[in-house]
Amino acid sequence: MIPMIDIRNAEKTFVMHLQDGIRLPVVRNVSFHVAPGECVVLSGPSGAGKSSILKMIFGNYRCDSGMIGVRHQGDVVDIATAEPRQVLNVRRDTIGYVSQFLRAVPRVAAIDVVAEPLLAVGVAREEARERAGALLKRLNIPERLWKLPPSTFSGGEQQRVNIARGFISDLPILLLDEPTASLDAANRAVVVELVAEKKRAGVAMVAIVHDDEVRHLIADRLIDVASFAAAA
Amino acid sequence: MSDIIMPHQISDEPLLVAANLGKSYGRLAACRDVSFELYSGEVLAIVGESGSGKSTLLQLLSAQLAPNTGSVSYRMRDGVTRDLAAMGEAERRFLFRTDWGFVHQDPAMGLRMAVSAGANVGERLMAVGQNHYGKIRQTATSWLERVEISADRIDDAPRTYSGGMRQRLQIARNLVTEPRLVFMDEPTGGLDVSVQARLLDMMRTLVSELGLSAIIVTHDLAVARLLSHRVMVMQGGRVIETGLTDQVLDDPREPYTQLLVSSILPA
Repeated sequence: MIPMIDIRNAEKTFVMHLQDGIRLPVVRNVSFHVAPGECVVLSGPSGAGKSSILKMIFGNYRCDSGMIGVRHQGDVVDIATAEPRQVLNVRRDTIGYVSQFLRAVPRVAAIDVVAEPLLAVGVAREEARERAGALLKRLNIPERLWKLPPSTFSGGEQQRVNIARGFISDLPILLLDEPTASLDAANRAVVVELVAEKKRAGVAMVAIVHDDEVRHLIADRLIDVASFAAAA
Repeated sequence: MSDIIMPHQISDEPLLVAANLGKSYGRLAACRDVSFELYSGEVLAIVGESGSGKSTLLQLLSAQLAPNTGSVSYRMRDGVTRDLAAMGEAERRFLFRTDWGFVHQDPAMGLRMAVSAGANVGERLMAVGQNHYGKIRQTATSWLERVEISADRIDDAPRTYSGGMRQRLQIARNLVTEPRLVFMDEPTGGLDVSVQARLLDMMRTLVSELGLSAIIVTHDLAVARLLSHRVMVMQGGRVIETGLTDQVLDDPREPYTQLLVSSILPA
């Protein structure tokens, strides 16, 4: 089967110019692939570079060398060398990212924050809102909060809005950075269900999950990031 | 991470192309060797501190200043890409009144302060040949509402408006002719933080709903993050770093960019 994500020898080092140009190697020789419908969980201790790898796949962090191949509308795009607008197209049509924290836009209602990725791909506002509401309901966000901007919500509520925004679209790749970090058991179970549905829909996922139980429930394969350690 | 989503491209041809742009004043090079392409629907932020050349660059791009070197070309509504320097003054002015917008930091520069808000918006419509008073007033009213100015203020002059309202009125005046490209020079500068947030949110919505292209000069990295897809960092008249906005801000490569990013005070 043709992989959705195909990473070969990706490498990343931070150079801190304000600290005398100190070099902080993050990862090297990162090589793995993810098939459609598969959820790969990155494991390893804090600071091993798990989040950095997700950010490199999304094009948020630059990749110094190697290849980050992503299947985008029938072609393979190398995120490591792609032009900015190509990366933006990949983010709109192919890769979704669920980060730990919601970067709330002032004054935008929760339901519109969630609906936005659908509007961007041309879904009608009514339908986008309807789907957003259904997802918020599943994630136990009370209806009275939907019209409010999420900046005033609790950490767990914000994270669920963020999860809804990430899961609402029909993108073929999802990157999940600790999607269950501040959720209670009931909401963790909803996320596990959502991941299972995405797998059945053929979505390729890369996740970072610290909760052993959740990891056990969603992971098809574990990749130990410690083997990509760049520090000598 | 950036949350602004890229609209679908209408065309594969760039809307605006800057090639080797340069401008010097005597021996002082205000802007050197700037080249980039802007596509339709793209929002580009030009960041850098005072004196970095970003405002000069904006004036070069919008043909308000003639470059010493290089050129700017623009794809007109008929699909033909033209060199701005080769256009006549009248043609350039027409472009400025119709297909382009320019939002100044100081609304008084972009508005006529003594005439009514409705006339400020209506004037741009008349410039594109509309002459039906009722229709012009109707369009002006709907634009005022869109920028959250109550319709009962339509007959008041902007000098009676607050700073935030003036800036929103300036935006309405610019957008009423449905331009494809809007230049903005520090659009939120000089406004209170709460007023800024409201303006930013409004601009973000308008840009994405209208599929506008925009070039925004700002020294405020938060503005760049909220509104732009791409960013160019300027220092000493040169572009020293360029890329996806969230990539440049989250993983800055150049020493100067790292300094800019690390200089933001945490809220």
